Amino acid sequence: MSSTPQLPPVAKVEQKTVVDFLVKGKRIDERGLTDYRSIKIETGIVQKANGSAMVHLGKTKVLTGIKIELGQPFPDTPNQGVLTVNAELVPMASPSFEPGPPSETAIELARVVDRGLRESKALPLQTLCIEPGKRVMVVFVDVYVLDHDGNLIDASAMSALSALITSKMKEYKVEGGELQTKDEPVPLGVKNEPVAVTTAKIGGNMILDPCLGEERVMDSRLTVTSGSDGNICAMQKGGMGSFSDQEVRQAVKTAIEKGKEIREIIRGATART
Amino acid sequence: MNELEVKLIDDNGIRVDGRKLDELRPIKMEVGVLDKADGSAYIEHGKNRIMAAVYGPREAHPKHIALADRAVIKCRYHMAPFSVEERKSPAPSRRELELSKVIRESLESSVMSELYPRTSIDIFIEVLQSDGGSRCAGITSASLALADAGIPLREIVAACAVGKVAGKVALDPSDIEDKQGDADLPVAFMPKSNSITLLQMDGSLTEEEFNQALTMAIDACKRINQLQIEALKRKYVSVKEQAEERHEPKEATA
Repeated sequence: MSSTPQLPPVAKVEQKTVVDFLVKGKRIDERGLTDYRSIKIETGIVQKANGSAMVHLGKTKVLTGIKIELGQPFPDTPNQGVLTVNAELVPMASPSFEPGPPSETAIELARVVDRGLRESKALPLQTLCIEPGKRVMVVFVDVYVLDHDGNLIDASAMSALSALITSKMKEYKVEGGELQTKDEPVPLGVKNEPVAVTTAKIGGNMILDPCLGEERVMDSRLTVTSGSDGNICAMQKGGMGSFSDQEVRQAVKTAIEKGKEIREIIRGATART
Repeated sequence: MNELEVKLIDDNGIRVDGRKLDELRPIKMEVGVLDKADGSAYIEHGKNRIMAAVYGPREAHPKHIALADRAVIKCRYHMAPFSVEERKSPAPSRRELELSKVIRESLESSVMSELYPRTSIDIFIEVLQSDGGSRCAGITSASLALADAGIPLREIVAACAVGKVAGKVALDPSDIEDKQGDADLPVAFMPKSNSITLLQMDGSLTEEEFNQALTMAIDACKRINQLQIEALKRKYVSVKEQAEERHEPKEATA
C-alpha cells in the first residue's frame, strides 16, 4: 500500500533559500534554470558484465550493468527477446535508503527507465529471437544507484542507455537442431536513444535536473523521455503537487530540446569504446 | 498485427465500438455503495467495473507512519484475479505498486489533509473487471469515495486517458485500442484550478500530437467531473427522500 512518505524535515530557511534564488532566476548551485549539472559517463567499468556504464550527474552516481543470457520468451511474444529493467537503491547511496525488498520509489524508477527503452523500441527485440517460442536472448538491465544527490530518473536512463549501446553479446544460431555460437561477441544493436529529461516545479518555478536540495522542496516533477526522432516515448509525473496544462506543454518542449544535447553527450561517451 | 490495426478505425473515422475519435465510452457512477466504509463509489467506465472505498480519517497504523502536520494518505490499487482475460495472481504486481503510488499522488493535492494531523485516510481501489484506462476510472471513483466520506476536498479529481489509435489521437481507448494502439496518455485533472495531478505516457507521440491529446484529455476530464458532481447530488437527493419518507409516513389507507 502506498502511503504519504515521511520525509526528513526541511528547515523553513532551506526552502526559502531555494525559492528566493529561483525568483531571481538563479539556483542554489549557481546553475541556470534549464542547465544540467556536469555529466560524465564512463563505460566498460565492469568486465564481467556484457556492458556497463557509470554516470556522474553532478554528485549523483548511477552504475548500470547489463547481463545477456539465453532464456525463454514470454508466451504472448514468442518471436521476441526479453528486456528486464530493475533498479536498486543501494543503502550506501542515501541515509533514507534501507535494505530490503524494492521500495515503490525503486519500482517507479525501474519502470520509468523500462518504459523509455521499451516504447522507443531501443532494443531490436525481434532480432534477439533465436528459436521462436523456445530460445531467445534475455537482456537484464540492472540500475545501481550509488550516490543520491537528486534526479535519479535522468541519471539512470542515461546510464542504462550508455550501458546498452556498449554491450556485446554472444551470437547464437540454430543449425540442424543444434545450438551454435561464435567466439567473437557482437554489439547488441541499439536502434533508438531515449533520453529522459526531468522538470521540477518549485513554488511555481520550473527547473531542469533538480539536485537533492531542490528535490526536497519541490512540489512535483515531470519526466519526459524522447527518442532520436524527437518523438515523446514516455512520460511520468511524480510528487504530490500538480502542473497547469501550459506548464506541461512548456516542459515537453524544453525536454525534447534538452534531450538532443544529452543525446550528443551519450553518443560522445559511447563512441569511445 | 498491422491488418488488425487498420480495422481499429474505419473509413468514416468510426472506431471498433462505434465511437467517434473524441467520444467517451458510456460511464455510470454511483456513490455510497458500501455499508462499512466511510465513503465508497462504484464506476462503470466502458467495460471497467471498479469499486473504491475510503476509511478515515482514522488512527494511523502502524503509528510511526503518522505525520505531525497532516493526515497520511494511503492508497491501494488492486486488480481482482478474475478482472482480466488470464487469471492474475492476487499478489500485488510491480505495475499495481507503481499505480498505487501515482494514484495516491494524483489525489494528494485535492485532499485538505492538513485538517487531520496524525491520522490516516485510506483509499482502496478494487478493479473487478478491467478494460483500458482502469487507473483513470480508479481515480475518478476514488475521488468520489473521498467526497462521500465527507473529507474536505479542494476539488474533485476526474481522470481520463487519450490514446493514439491507428495513427489518430483518440479519446478514452478501450482495452483493444490500448493494447494495439501506438500510445496511451492517462491524465487526471482538477478543472477549477487547472491542475494536472497525474500524467503518464507510453508509446510514441510527436509534440503536436501530445498537445492535441492533452487538450482532448482535459476536455474529457471536465465532462467526467460533471458526471461526478451529478452522482454525488443523486446520493443526497435519495437520502433526503428516504428521510422525508421516514418522518412523514404516508397516510395508511383504512
